[in-house]
This record gives sequence, C-alpha cells and structure tokens, in this order.
Amino acid sequence: MSTETETTTAAASQLDLKEIAADVVRRAMQRGATAAECVIRDGTEFSTVVRLGEVETLKESDSKALGIRVFVGQRAANTWTSDLSPQSLQQMIDSALELAKVTTEDPFASIPEAAQLGSIDGDLDLYYDDVNSLSTAARIDYARRAERAALDFDPRISNSEGGSFDVATGRKVLANSHGFLGEFQRSYCSVSAVPIARDEQGKMQRDYWYSVSRTMGKLESAESVGQTAAKRTLQRLGARKVKTARVPIIFDPQVARSLLGHIFEAANGESIYRNASFLTGKLGEQIAGENVTVIDDGTIPGGFGSSPFDMEGVPTRRTVVVENGVLKSYLLNTYAAKKLGLATTGNASRGLAGNPGIGSGNFFLKPGAKTPRQIIADVKDGLYVTEFLGFGVNLVTGDFSRGAGGLWIVNGELTYPVEEITVAGNLKEMLRNISVIGNDLEFRGSVACPTIRIDGMTVAGE
Amino acid sequence: MDCLPLRSLAGELGHPTDVTMDMDKDKRFFFQKYGLNAVDVQRYLAAALSAGGDYADLYFEYMTATSLGLDESMVKSASQGISAGCGVRVIAGERTGYAYTDDLAPERILHAARTAALIAQGPSKVPVVDLKEHAAHNLYPAAPVDSAVTEKVELILRADRAARAYDPRITEVRASYVEELRRILIIGSDGTFAEDVQPLSRMSVFVIARSGETSARGTSGGGGRHGMEAFLTEKTPEHFAREAARQAIIQLDARECPAGEMEVVLGPGWPGILLHEAIGHGLEADFNRKKTSAFSGLLGRRVASDKCTVVDNGTLPSRRGSLNVDDEGNATNNTVLIEKGILKGYLSDRLSAKLMGLPNTGNGRRESYEHIPMPRMTNTYMLAGEDSPEDIIRSVKHGVYAVNFGGGQVDITNGKFVFSASEAYLIEDGKVTAPLKNATLIGNGPDVLTRVSMVGNDLKLDEGVGTCGKDGQSVPVGVGIPTLKIDRLTVGGTGSAR
Repeated sequence: MSTETETTTAAASQLDLKEIAADVVRRAMQRGATAAECVIRDGTEFSTVVRLGEVETLKESDSKALGIRVFVGQRAANTWTSDLSPQSLQQMIDSALELAKVTTEDPFASIPEAAQLGSIDGDLDLYYDDVNSLSTAARIDYARRAERAALDFDPRISNSEGGSFDVATGRKVLANSHGFLGEFQRSYCSVSAVPIARDEQGKMQRDYWYSVSRTMGKLESAESVGQTAAKRTLQRLGARKVKTARVPIIFDPQVARSLLGHIFEAANGESIYRNASFLTGKLGEQIAGENVTVIDDGTIPGGFGSSPFDMEGVPTRRTVVVENGVLKSYLLNTYAAKKLGLATTGNASRGLAGNPGIGSGNFFLKPGAKTPRQIIADVKDGLYVTEFLGFGVNLVTGDFSRGAGGLWIVNGELTYPVEEITVAGNLKEMLRNISVIGNDLEFRGSVACPTIRIDGMTVAGE
Repeated sequence: MDCLPLRSLAGELGHPTDVTMDMDKDKRFFFQKYGLNAVDVQRYLAAALSAGGDYADLYFEYMTATSLGLDESMVKSASQGISAGCGVRVIAGERTGYAYTDDLAPERILHAARTAALIAQGPSKVPVVDLKEHAAHNLYPAAPVDSAVTEKVELILRADRAARAYDPRITEVRASYVEELRRILIIGSDGTFAEDVQPLSRMSVFVIARSGETSARGTSGGGGRHGMEAFLTEKTPEHFAREAARQAIIQLDARECPAGEMEVVLGPGWPGILLHEAIGHGLEADFNRKKTSAFSGLLGRRVASDKCTVVDNGTLPSRRGSLNVDDEGNATNNTVLIEKGILKGYLSDRLSAKLMGLPNTGNGRRESYEHIPMPRMTNTYMLAGEDSPEDIIRSVKHGVYAVNFGGGQVDITNGKFVFSASEAYLIEDGKVTAPLKNATLIGNGPDVLTRVSMVGNDLKLDEGVGTCGKDGQSVPVGVGIPTLKIDRLTVGGTGSAR
C-alpha cells in the first residue's frame, strides 16, 4: 500500500494511514479475531543543541510504527512493528492471533462498546504548521540565543550544557472492529537552556529553564528562557545543608507538579482495581482539605494533554477527580472501569506494545487566590523547594521521601540555598495538609499545579 | 573511491575459531535480509561525508521482542514486536549530525545520510576505506535456544504460585517475562565493521503483602544476556517470587526511618547502584570533556578511601550490562575507574576519546538506531576488600543497614545523589534490629567514597535488573559492591532525629 514504490514520500504515505489501520482491523477479523484494534503513530522529529556558541548536535528524522491488538473470545494479544509493508502487516496479524492462544480468558477484556466510541467536536488547536516554518539555520539560532542569554546574564555563569531547540509533529490513527476510525495531529516546539554557574570556591551548580508550545506564536523568546535559566542556576550557588527539622514547606510549580503526578497515579484505575493505591475504596470520602479540587480535562484547546478521543476511541472529557477535598472519580480506561463496575472516563493511553494503560488529559490542581510571594511571606522559618531528586514514593501506603533542593525561608523572605536534604511525609496526610494554594497555575506539560504550601513534613539534613 | 570488496569482507569475518564459525549464519544478517551490499554501504558513507566531516557511521538495528505479563493470576498481556532501522551519524570536530530511518530502502538511508551531512561544512576530505572487522568478545549465545511461548508463560505462572505460597499475606502478585534479540551492524568510514547479536531477557516479580490495615511492597527480578533457558536452571521463577515476597512480608513490620546523618552499611549486590549514580555517571567522559562534572579535572587525585577500587567491566559473560562490542563497533573493556582511592580513568566513546586525547574504552552506547551514542556504563562495581560482613555490622553503634534499593538519581554538576532503600534495617550496638521504611540516602558523589571505612570480602553483582537512563536514552546495565561501611551519610525519613 504505502510502500509500493521506493520513492513514496512521507506526505503521500500519510494519506494512507487511516486506510491501512482500517484494513488491518478488517483482515484480523477475517482471520478469526472476534474484536480488533489498530493504532498507527507517525511523526517527525528535529532537535539541535548549541553549546558554547557552536552547534553540538543536529538531529532530524521521521518514523512510523503500527500496533495491533486482537481478541479471540476473551483472550487478547498484541503485536507491533516499524515495518508497514503488506507482508509485514500480515505476519503481525497472524502472530497476534497465534499469541492470543497463550493468554488467559479474562471476562473483563474487551474494546469499548460501540455506543461509547466517538470523538469530541470542534478543533482542539493541537496542530500548528508554523512549527515547521523556521529554517534549520533559524532553529539553530533560536537555541544559540537561549544559551547566549544565559551565558551573558552574569559572569558567574561560566559554562553550559547548551541551549536547545526542538520541533516534533505527530499523527495518531486508531481503528477498531466496532467501526471507529479516527486520527489527530499534534505539533510541538520547545526551547531550553542549561547553564552552569561557579562560585568562588569553584563549586558548580546547574539548572535549566524551558518553554514549550504547540505553536511558534506562543513560544517564549529565547532570551527570556535563557535569562530565567541563569537566574535559577545562580540562586543555587553557595547551597548548604540544614539541620533536620519539621517546618512548613512551599513547593514551587515545577515540583508541585511532580507531587500532583503522584496523585494522578494514586487515582489511576489500574492501581485502584489492583488495590495498590492508598485511594482504593475512598470514592465519596474526604481525602483532602476543602481547598483542594483536582481536575482532569482532555478537552482544553491547545492543551498538552488534549486529544479528541482516547486511545481506545472514547471521546475525552472533563472529569472532576477531587472536589473540595472529596474524592469524586477515578481515572479509567475500559478495562479498569469494567473491573470496578464503573464507566470509562476516556483516559485510555496506548503505547505500541501491551494492553492500553491509563493516562491523564490535562491534570491540574485548581488555583487559589494568593500569589507565591504572599505564600512565602507568611512563613517564618521554612523551606521553599525548587527541585526533587530521586524517586521515593510508595502508592500502596502513601509514604513519600524524596531528595530535594531549594531555598530556606526566614521571616517571609527567601534566603540561602539548601541542598543534600530530603523531604518526607505521607501523601494521605500531605493532601490534608495543603494549607495554601497559589494563583499561579500554568501548563508546561499535561500535568500542572500552582505553588502549594504543605505543613507537617520532615526536612532531613544534618 | 574503492568499492567495498565483499571478498575481503568475507575473509575478515571468517575468524578461524569454532565459535565464530557457529555465528556465521547470523553474520551478514542485514546483507541478506535487506539486500544490503557493499556498493550501497560505500554510497551511504560517501553521502554522509559529502559536506565534509571527520567520520561517519551507519548503525543498522533489527530488534525482536516478546513480553508476557501476569496480574491477578491471569496472563493478561502477551506482546511481540519488531523494530528495525538505520541511524547515520556524521562527526565534524565537536559537532554531530544524526538522522535515522525505519525504512531500510536505499533511498531512505541515502536521505538520512544527506540529512546527517548537514552538520559538516567544507569540502569532503575523508576517504572511505576498506572495512575491517575488529576483534570482538564472545560473551553470550548469538542465538539462544528459542522456546515455545507456552514455556515462557509457564515461568510467570510459576512465579505467581510461588509468591502466593510463600505467605497467605501476599495478596497481589504481578510477574513479567521480557526478552529481546537485538542484531546490530556498524559500519564506519574508517573501516570499522562490527556485527553483534545481543540476547537479553529478564523476569520481574512485584508483590503486595497485607496484614490488617498495613500493606507493603516487594520487588525482585533478574536476567542477563541469555534466553529463557537460564530461568529453568539458575535463577528460577520461584527464586525471584520468594525474594519479592520475603521483602514485602518484612516491610509489614517496618518502622519509620530515623532522619539525620549517621553511619550507613550497604549490603552487597544491587546497592551498588550507589556507585553507579554517585561515581559512575560523574566519570562518563562527555561530562568531563565539557567540564560539567563534579569529577572534572580530578584524574590522578584521591576521590575515595584507599580501600576502594572501582571498575566498569563490559566483558563479563552473559551479564545484563555486557556487550561484545559497544554501539560504535569497539570491543568493550574492563576499565579501572578508581584504584585504591585514586581516580584513574573515564568512560569514553569515540568522540570524547578523540577530543580528550584519551583511550577509547568502548563505552559508546545508544538505546536504539534512533539515538546518538554517548559514553555509558556497562557493569560497574567495586572490587572485594578484606573485611567480613559480620565485622562491618558489628562496628556500627547506631546506623542504617540498606540491603535493597528502589532507584536513584544524580546531579552530575554538583555531585548530589539520592536513592531510596526498599529494604533497610536499623543497626543498634553492632546488631541488625528493626526493619525500616522510607529510608532515603542522600549525599555528594565526590565525598561519599572518601568516607568508606570498611569494604567487605563478599563482592556480589546484582541479579540483572538495572536500566540506566541518561538524556532520555535507556540502556541495560549491571552494578555491584561488596558490603560497605560509609562513616557518615544523610538519611532522610519520617522518624524523629535521634
């Protein structure tokens, strides 16, 4: 089909992807599948890194791959390939059907009901052709300017891991044997800088900053990204350890977002039906303070977590996960929903291999009224965390202990930087102890959280 | 420009050893499967160097993978796949151009070569020379015995049964078996010609134990560069299942970990992730070339106590981190990084070795054809010392004995590292006492080994579960240490300071 001639261009083969997906489903059914699903990913990638003013790497490519999931009765199996030639696809279909013989009959395994399938109306603003508008030279220049802005910001910025500029576009196609056939296209561009600063003792610190957007029109300037990266790096110079203490902790949006990611994992229906989350069985219960409302919304125009349908072909939606502290909903795909006797929330995600997982739309904590500055001003003695290091989270128990870095707060002011510390607590208690939520919600990815203050956690140092 | 003489290529391939002869049917895989020929290869390299540049290489990869997953005592997932592609790299001074294609048609590879060539400026000056195959190791079976999928399924079913039989408090069991066979062919403009067939398999078991309101996790797993047969005789599903169950049951009684600075004893094996994170990454040559590592400029200087000797060894048979050749076609090595506390060497790839004037240690690795190679670890471990593990424990008045770890992370530039102990105990007056939960160890790479005061005689490598991430690329690695005593390390936890 798409590869009949060797000179087929990427553009021409794109036109056929929906047809290929539908055809794969049709052929799987002919060969004996009782249900089938096909996903195709197709994308282009560009990245460049400029270090100390010189291009260090330049990378450019396009690729595609296809995954098939078949059901034979209640048994499912899956195959994938990067070779979309007809012979290869036939082999993949046959292998999937053969492989389905070794899996266990699972009464809950299925694709969604036909009535659940669909795609939300309207343009979600996910694709902008302008990401392709810059020439290679202009892209390199974008990266170069970001790095230069960081290097020029302060003489203590002495080195750099570079400035980078990235562009990616991708298309996803999904077809299933209940007649669903859909596709969407997304674009992405980003600029970043990673400067290194050195103090009088020769001790180095590194930090970064970045901007990411679906359109060049909304990408921050290279200069502002470089300058912010420089400021973040400089504020780490002279970092020291602190004594072990129990103090109020303020998490900046970058780290708060990581905390919120743990809440997403805890509300993930897979963890729930496996009884592997501290939120299992807590629907309808007060799990957080009344100030806490958490929302997952896959329909926000231009959102990094937006798409017209999930990777099982179910329309995305807005789901209130926690409302005024009460757990209102888990996040589910078809399988987890059936296991729990609930309906899917349109959160199916899909790699090429394996069964569908559960992914977020745009997952965020509803902002409060205070500015970050006001939140800091209310703390006499405490920690402002700007970085996490390591992964010490147990979703079964909620136990949380991660390496951290940031600034110490004295009498409402950010003072000296601190490092080589850990912050520890339990997510169950941390959710109840979110005492203040900032007004600074900003999406730099599909999960976003404003500045938050949590009381009662341990800072471990000397 | 001379065309690649296939005759001499075949001559180079025919090393007169039986082992190599056995591999012949797998050799020249890409030539047969994709109709690749010597003339094409020269064309691709010439296109890659058409705008100038010092070096170009082609990296062909064909990978098949199978994964099986068990959950709730059911085989819920079975997946098989194939990925194939070619990456073209051009090096011009410190610059690297890279492009790849998952379509191995000549036009697509040529297109990738021309795209990668954009990095270079100036007239082409590098002749493309005849290919020579370097000496390579023979560390693993090129073609593991392929078994029926049903036999592989049996492995995870056995793990499920064994974990549940271990203790009635084990309420959840997940088990997986994953195997891949990666065929690579690397052809460089300096004549580099290397092929390898790299098997890799792994079992993993995850369990949850419950008792009343308390619950705890346990994880275990292992594998290496072999097929599923190794799980029938050496590391059986029961071995991993019992180990995961044991950890979870112990954790049911764990108490809060005290926080603060204290003596820390690391158990042998997987806790070697400390070396990997705290030391290994800081010694990768790219960071040192750019002077962005906390270890930059410390060659020949003391970075550890004189009891510490650390190596990176890619030549151990069948180990998860081992490779016959790295992803630039060079044989892997046993590289001494730290000898009796003195920093002796860095881990380099082609580019960093050339730019730094160092030997190429054969540590250029990449996740797949979609990625640019960079210096990476293989199997990194500390050699055994002279202390008995019992004496080490006995010497600690108040501290933490960390036996298993979840994972870790390092900031190369300031040297900070963090890792989380999934199994740890309190040491009180020379005796191992209560199990601890939430123990997190945090420290500084260049400092931590200077505080090693005792090194056990019980070196152990991990069972083969490590995957290391760097710049978005994941590669399999091995780690190991003997029992180690660190005199002072920050322990993070939720318990009150002593």
